[in-house]
Amino acid sequence: MKKKEAINKQKIKDERLRRTRLYVPGNNPAMVQNASIYGADSLIFDLEDSIPLNEKDAARYLVRNALQNLDFSKIEVTVRINSLETEYCLKDLEAIIPTKPDGILLPKTELLEDVLTIDKELARIEKENNLPIGKIQIMPIIESALGVLNIEKIASGPRVTVIGLGGEDLTADIGAKRTKSGKELEYIASRIILACAANKIQAIDTVFTDINDPQGLFEIAKKAIEIGFQGKSIIHPSQVEPVHRAFMPTEIEIAKAEKIVNAYKDSIKRGLGVISVDGRMIDLPVVIRSERILKRAKAGLATDE
Amino acid sequence: MKFNTNTANRKIPTELHGRKLIPFSGKGKGPYRKRKYAPKIRKVSASDNKVLKSLRKAIKKSELTDGETISFHHHFRNGDFLLNIVCHEIAKMGLKDIRLVPSSIQGVHKEILPYLEKGIITSINCGTSGTIADAISHGKMEGLLTIRSHGGRARSIENGDVEIDVAFIASPTSDIYGNINGVYGEYACGSLGYAFPDAQFANHVIAVTNNLVPFPNTPISISQEHVDTVVELDKPIGDPSGIVSTTLRITRDPKGLKIARNCIEVLKASGLLKDGFSYQSGAGGTTLAATNYLREYMISKKIKGSFAMGGATKSLVKMLEDGLFKTILDVQSFDTYAVNSLLNNLNHIEIGASQYANPFTSGCVVNLLDTIILGGTEVDVNFNVNTSTESDGRIMWGMGGHQDTAEGAKLTIIAVPLLRGRIPIIVDDVISINSPGENIDVVVTERGMAINPNSPYYSILKRNKKLDIKSIDELKKIAEDLISGKPKKPKTTDRIVAMIEYRDGSVLDVIYQVED
Repeated sequence: MKKKEAINKQKIKDERLRRTRLYVPGNNPAMVQNASIYGADSLIFDLEDSIPLNEKDAARYLVRNALQNLDFSKIEVTVRINSLETEYCLKDLEAIIPTKPDGILLPKTELLEDVLTIDKELARIEKENNLPIGKIQIMPIIESALGVLNIEKIASGPRVTVIGLGGEDLTADIGAKRTKSGKELEYIASRIILACAANKIQAIDTVFTDINDPQGLFEIAKKAIEIGFQGKSIIHPSQVEPVHRAFMPTEIEIAKAEKIVNAYKDSIKRGLGVISVDGRMIDLPVVIRSERILKRAKAGLATDE
Repeated sequence: MKFNTNTANRKIPTELHGRKLIPFSGKGKGPYRKRKYAPKIRKVSASDNKVLKSLRKAIKKSELTDGETISFHHHFRNGDFLLNIVCHEIAKMGLKDIRLVPSSIQGVHKEILPYLEKGIITSINCGTSGTIADAISHGKMEGLLTIRSHGGRARSIENGDVEIDVAFIASPTSDIYGNINGVYGEYACGSLGYAFPDAQFANHVIAVTNNLVPFPNTPISISQEHVDTVVELDKPIGDPSGIVSTTLRITRDPKGLKIARNCIEVLKASGLLKDGFSYQSGAGGTTLAATNYLREYMISKKIKGSFAMGGATKSLVKMLEDGLFKTILDVQSFDTYAVNSLLNNLNHIEIGASQYANPFTSGCVVNLLDTIILGGTEVDVNFNVNTSTESDGRIMWGMGGHQDTAEGAKLTIIAVPLLRGRIPIIVDDVISINSPGENIDVVVTERGMAINPNSPYYSILKRNKKLDIKSIDELKKIAEDLISGKPKKPKTTDRIVAMIEYRDGSVLDVIYQVED
């Protein structure tokens, strides 16, 4: 039993599978209505950058009504609100929170205080609407140099379970050139992944903007997974398949992970203090990673070929 | 008016415009004649000249009179000028009460609308779209529109239900003796398959061409012994850009792509997708996408099919060239790539409408199809498919080979979105039936698929855990929940403007004039 507790502590706060987070423009009724059919693990209804200023209100009410009326079954439903310094931010929260989304994406997060402010507002609105306090998650997006430098604090904030990298704005902010390979973001990505891992939360990679290059997307998603991202944000339904394919472990990886997880279960059953596979000692982080691999494999087999 | 109820539960008048109607009573049970119809015998001798420069003279020579029937093919699709040119000429000659029997009427034929209103054209037999279809829905034609499938049309011509007095054949290339093909010339359209029954069974055949070549013109698609006159017209008989497209567009709509992918999942689960597999695809965006997914899968599993039937498209021809199919049987060619393939590839074979789909022959090719993926404007909870009328009750489309392939193929898949805009596509009762539910195996939408409980593939597909299977009623309910309700049925008058025949000549349904 002791070991089980130990492993739970090491797990990220929210083990939900988020291989793909699909951005859906909040002002397009057909896209909002059909967003749930493409197999993305997570949906982000956008009220921010994809919405022209004169459609902010329309988008907010369309998304609110969709969240109230449509059945998304098991898909995670989140909303990207407008950033704190805008006049829309609070209006977005007031309209959206009563519909109980799983999470709120906070763009342009730069300071822990940003998260604390949103947390306070969420708690207030939750209370006013008789909702349980603290259930709706905060998912900051890091889009500036300052945000990167404060990532350790932001990642430790209340309700924070996922941090997204916003590559487009970020490269502009640091004065780098946005390349297809994404080499300008290597350090930043690693730093975000590290901060998330230290706080047991998930790091999600930035979007890939060329919707006509599934192979390029597949390759870059592979690299993102290798360095520790738990998912990728996507901007078109056709991007679901290549990213999920990238997340599909190989048969060798699956076999190895199964062995490790079985050995772990066995060690608990028999009350052993150590886990060993093929005569080698296995530590808990390896078990956790193996469980994650099996989860991805299961999801991949259920939907794809 | 007295009515019978057919097995598709539709009320069919016992008699309409002087014709006694036989109600549809299930596939394979229709009316049957013992002998084929025989056209008039003509005689052309060595001293006769078949070539005329004037269409008027050719029509006069055919002795076409009031009340008679003329036919056309639609291989020029929306680039066809000939049907319009002939109708203008007939009107100028003062002929009236003409029955028009083209293999399809397209948007480009809107020019003939005044002739419907003036009683020059009084009835039409074919699939109809565009302005003319709309006008018929509004009661602008005196007689009846009879909608037939491609196989049903061939059958009606061969068994004499429709006697063609004069067939006008738009000919991309013809020689002076009437040997015609569709693979050469500015107006090359590929296969001329739909015109084969017309050429063989009309009492008089006029080839019209802008590309007259010396005898003999080869290859020969329609041969000289059927052709009475060759008109070398000084104005264009078509518009090449409307005849073939250089590239047909595969859908980029993610909803269409999802439906296409699910169709291939059904195929994989059916067990039919193995060496020797046969397939037909349409040229719609979703079916083209399905063909491409099929291609990827066949390559990855090294599956070699036997034949693919066209609507030949570049996608299909590439599969032939890559050895994924042994043969293409081509009743119509959609793009320039397919036209060139028909000309150059020995395994790309032109077939006629009867060989393709006529039920009353010694065997048509649709009987040998493993699978067909089709569309529709509506599907009902009894799996009946509507292709002709839109949700407002107006006639908008024909039906192509829908009935024929649906009956013939082992596995018939209907690929439709659950909603078009805010219109639910799965309904309690389709407005009109083109393809009876007994021939439909699976309906695939973006939110799951329904399998016909009477399909022989029901249990094998039902067992497959990867398929998102729902009942047809569930699909209907999902659509209604998405738009919070059921749309009202369109209002119609009690005048029948069109009749939908089954491929055997029995009557599946009738269509009423819409209220203005």
